[in-house]
Amino acid sequence: MPDPALSTYAGLPGYLLLWVFALVAFGLFGYRVAHFVRLFLRARPEYRGGQWAQRLGFFVLHVLGQRRLFDEPLVGAVHFLIFWAFVFYSTSFFWNLLRGMVPVLPIPYADEVPWMTLPLEVLGALALVGVMVAAARRGFFAPPRLVRSLDATIILVLITVLLLSFLTSEGFRVLAGHSTSWMPVGVVLGGWFARLGMTPAASPLYFLSAWWVHMLVVLGFLAYLPYSKHLHLLAAPFSVFFSSPVMGTVPPPSEGAARREEFTWRELLNGLSCAECGRCDRACPAFNSGFPLSPREVVGFIRDLVRAPANPKSLVVVERSVVESPLASEIIPPAALWSCACCYACMERCPSLNEHVHLIVEMRRSLVSRGEVDDRLQAVLTNLSRYGNSMGQPARARARWTQDLGFTLKDARREAADYLWFVGDYASYDPRIQPATRAAARVFHRAGLDVAILYDEERNAGTDVRRVGEEGLFEMLREKNLQAMGKAQFRQVITTDPHTFHGLRNEYGLNSVRVLHHTELVDEMIAAGRLPLKRPIRVTATYHDPCYLGRANGIYEAPRRVLRALGVKLREMRRNRRRSYCCGAGGGRIWMEEVPGIKERPAENRVREAAELGVEMLVVACPKDYVMFQDALKTTGLEGKLVVKEVMELVDEATAPLEG
Amino acid sequence: MLNIMVLVKLVPDVVEELEIASDGRSLDPASVRLILNERDEHALEEALLLKERHGGTVTVVALDVPEVDDVLFTALAKGADRAVKISGVEAGLSTWAIAGALAKALTSSGLVPVDLILTGVQAIDDLDGQTGPIVARLLELPYVGMVCRVEVDVEAHKAVVIREYAGGVTGTFEVSLPAVLGIQSAEKPPRYVPVAKVRAAMKTQQLESVPVPGQGESSSVEILQMAKLEVTGGAVMLEGSPEEIAERIWDLLKERGLV
Amino acid sequence: MAGEIWVLVEQWRGRVSDVTYEVLALGREVSAATGASLQAVLLGSDVKDLLPTLGAADGVLVTEHPTLGEPVSEIWALALAQLVERHQPLVLLIPQTNVTMEIGSLLATRLRLPFVNFCRDIQVTDKRLVARCLLYGGKVEATVAPQTPAVLGVLPGVRPQEQGRAERTPTVTAISLDLPAEPPVRFKGYTEPPPGDVDITRENILVAVGRGIQRPENVALAEELAAALGGAVCGSRPVIDQGWLPPSRQVGTSGMIVKPQLYLALGISGAPEHVQGMKDAALIIAINTDPRAPIFSVAHYGAVVDALEVLPVLTEIARSRRRVA
Repeated sequence: MPDPALSTYAGLPGYLLLWVFALVAFGLFGYRVAHFVRLFLRARPEYRGGQWAQRLGFFVLHVLGQRRLFDEPLVGAVHFLIFWAFVFYSTSFFWNLLRGMVPVLPIPYADEVPWMTLPLEVLGALALVGVMVAAARRGFFAPPRLVRSLDATIILVLITVLLLSFLTSEGFRVLAGHSTSWMPVGVVLGGWFARLGMTPAASPLYFLSAWWVHMLVVLGFLAYLPYSKHLHLLAAPFSVFFSSPVMGTVPPPSEGAARREEFTWRELLNGLSCAECGRCDRACPAFNSGFPLSPREVVGFIRDLVRAPANPKSLVVVERSVVESPLASEIIPPAALWSCACCYACMERCPSLNEHVHLIVEMRRSLVSRGEVDDRLQAVLTNLSRYGNSMGQPARARARWTQDLGFTLKDARREAADYLWFVGDYASYDPRIQPATRAAARVFHRAGLDVAILYDEERNAGTDVRRVGEEGLFEMLREKNLQAMGKAQFRQVITTDPHTFHGLRNEYGLNSVRVLHHTELVDEMIAAGRLPLKRPIRVTATYHDPCYLGRANGIYEAPRRVLRALGVKLREMRRNRRRSYCCGAGGGRIWMEEVPGIKERPAENRVREAAELGVEMLVVACPKDYVMFQDALKTTGLEGKLVVKEVMELVDEATAPLEG
Repeated sequence: MLNIMVLVKLVPDVVEELEIASDGRSLDPASVRLILNERDEHALEEALLLKERHGGTVTVVALDVPEVDDVLFTALAKGADRAVKISGVEAGLSTWAIAGALAKALTSSGLVPVDLILTGVQAIDDLDGQTGPIVARLLELPYVGMVCRVEVDVEAHKAVVIREYAGGVTGTFEVSLPAVLGIQSAEKPPRYVPVAKVRAAMKTQQLESVPVPGQGESSSVEILQMAKLEVTGGAVMLEGSPEEIAERIWDLLKERGLV
Repeated sequence: MAGEIWVLVEQWRGRVSDVTYEVLALGREVSAATGASLQAVLLGSDVKDLLPTLGAADGVLVTEHPTLGEPVSEIWALALAQLVERHQPLVLLIPQTNVTMEIGSLLATRLRLPFVNFCRDIQVTDKRLVARCLLYGGKVEATVAPQTPAVLGVLPGVRPQEQGRAERTPTVTAISLDLPAEPPVRFKGYTEPPPGDVDITRENILVAVGRGIQRPENVALAEELAAALGGAVCGSRPVIDQGWLPPSRQVGTSGMIVKPQLYLALGISGAPEHVQGMKDAALIIAINTDPRAPIFSVAHYGAVVDALEVLPVLTEIARSRRRVA
């Protein structure tokens, strides 16, 4: 076959043309990428180093392995194929470009090397099928919240053309008699071309045409890429590599962000890694309930912010209210930000490992620092700073739930104990959940655990305060709690509240102390035979994974083991474990005003899901879930059909001494 | 430009279980946590709103009692310009004594005259008077209470204020400045100030201190006894048929003069 | 103890407020205990028509002056100061409402007399005037003895108003005072509340309904009771969610925070979000079928019975007895 770089076209040598086209394409590409790089350099710094092995693991799993994409298997497979085709085609492209621009290099073209030809042909053909599937999905059965933009269509067409041009060029090679056994697709195509009456003599011309079409399309793709949403294929690997190594995090302390220069580089990067696939929206309980929040659009606002060339000072993302402004599309209504329950479902689902919750918390901080919080939340924050609890109850009433226990819980400030039980606000004060708190106390007592509580010196752990965006108040609560804990002697910390658990375990710097959720402890107690079963619980139940126990801390099995040990027959909801559906209380939502026009509250949706399984009982392991689901039973009319129980209520019932 | 002074007072937080001291005539200090009087918080908010509208300064003045620093730093964080503690007064339970001391200190320290003095219309411990009218009289300034809205005409040196009556009826009054206004509620709920800003104010801003000259005023109302009114621990249960219960409820309403 | 017992007549917009009669009833008791006469003090611009309603007093001191037409506290306090200095009463009782809120403080400061707020009862003990006052949001009662002469602010509801009404024309003493024509505080006019829904935060009596009310039709029953009591209906979240009441009537942390004189909770279980919104009501009466409903821990009075059974009975009582009164 003729060397495309050494052939001449209207008297111009191929390599010269390549140089010209490449310079134009790389110039356009570089200009745009330089804009982004400058922006990231000017952004607020955020340390995302360290844990390199783990980061590499993420890269392998989520970039090379495309793991999250397989949450939706068909399109996951398609994306996987297109991704790997892209890897080989871009390798081949750069190889050929280099070889073409420097024709003196003593190497063959990539498509002349058998071990490149085979994957290029096979992946190319499969990817072509994939592109057709993708196009059909966009055209005929698009999932909700997928953005069907012109942009995406252009890209699909470009991919199709570049795949086709390569495969036909292979066919022309075969037509010219250069077939090898490494060219399965080429052989087929070559046969077709022969049957169409194309002659081997004309094939070099056909080949050259296909070769140039391919190179030009790829160069065009390169130039177009950074101006389109398909920048995600360059940005997402960085997003993945520099993602937060654990789930459930918030951005480092800050005064919040509303303007472009106030975000950190990693936060801005979200805007470029987003492929607008809508997985976050499909997972988002707030979105699905009709709250004015779409996590995809939040990331979209950041994307617009990053892409906008204008004077960054004028770009404000969060406004007091939606104001009339030429930049209205770049303004996020605060109501959207306040709708988030910080359940991390969006982050758990995002194939690019984008960090939606970070963006939301960062922007909430900005609202809080301007004093822009709704009346109810304001009252709660004031209560928290004044009384240390969200209910506005006196601190002295905190341990009142212990009064009719029949035994005294140790005062951690006076006596040393093995376990410090950090009870939490809802478990302490809310009369609806107090019976479960007392059940936990009885179980601990029965198992002979040496447990103490901080009485009126315990304060709200601040996990949700932090997610509301009141970082200063979180720090104050943490300081006071750590002070109180400093007076106590204990070896491990237990709590029944996953929000409290998450805060103490991950955000309190209690490095040397083990922090346990009560279900983990009871799991251990049962395994050790310290809680003999007296009365098996013969019910069919389903278990709801709390966001901050499951997704944020990966504890899925301990509560299930406990329930099975009690004799409970477990049936799983469709959305279980890491795909569990939030009750809607987190992120401070439980403290905020109701949003008008909600279709179905997340908790209502969830109890209906449980009821559809035909189980008698919905078991929870979180005080907020308990309250939310009890409420939802009433509003959905499922009262009497489904019972909501806390794990500890069942453990208490099953292990209580038999009378007589 | 409008120079506004806000007089604030700390009162026992009734969320806490208040206990009577052993003398039977005062609160057990151990049961008392002081918080800013709710109406005063509104007065501060109204002052800040007026400052935002007209420019000028807001000076917050309070008696030097425990926990006052937090309140004053919070006011500074919210946007007040100066915060002054009046020292050397035994606070006690006499609004007359407190208001008298404030009026004296304001005059002697040159903190007055200002254009406008705002304060909460009343407080839950106003046993023998309300701060606003007493200070107004002692400084010989006009006073309007139950105010829920203030519009200042800086040029004409007067204010138009809206006073709340029952059933949603309001009255409009015009008052020459300087004047003292007793605020019932600010136009907007008091703003939230994040903890970080209060902490920053503590680091960067200073509280001023002004002593009361001479003897403080003393109250001519003697407290004989104090008692907690309600026994906590649940409701008094009414028994009987629905008719009997309705009768009992009616009697209760009558006893309380509600019908 | 010498000197008369005075009661300031709260006349507002041409009407003597009910609270005046309550305080007159109290004044009558104090007058009986001291042997001094009870005088009503009537200020206004043209108030002669109101005199016959003040028969419970031995006499009425009337001062008419153009600037006393509306209750501008500054002027009223100035007028009262002149009257008190001239006639030296033992005590002046002032009904304490939004209209008269600061008159006592202004007057007492002018004359350097003792003043006591929030009086819920006044007695004469050992020849001393002793007042019982509500402090700290109604949590504590202080018993105090002011030096006399004194000015006392009296809370509404101190005595039944019927006891302060009498069909008798009292002795009238007209007193003319020298008052400034152009006072520093000038009344400009009243504004009526905008027509539309009720602002439940301003209502003194609230009839609150919860899930126990069962059906939307039953809200009408609550409305009838509220009308009979002179209050408004509000509700807890489930009722609002069902669309039985507009959101403006929601009590609780996600609705309104209310502090009425009476909160009658019908079929409300008392979820904390709701309790936060009403716990500071002066009197809470809860009716619920569930004896363990948390509402009973904040209520002052409770009854374990179906609210729907009590509702119509209470409405009937309220209608018939109020008409009599």
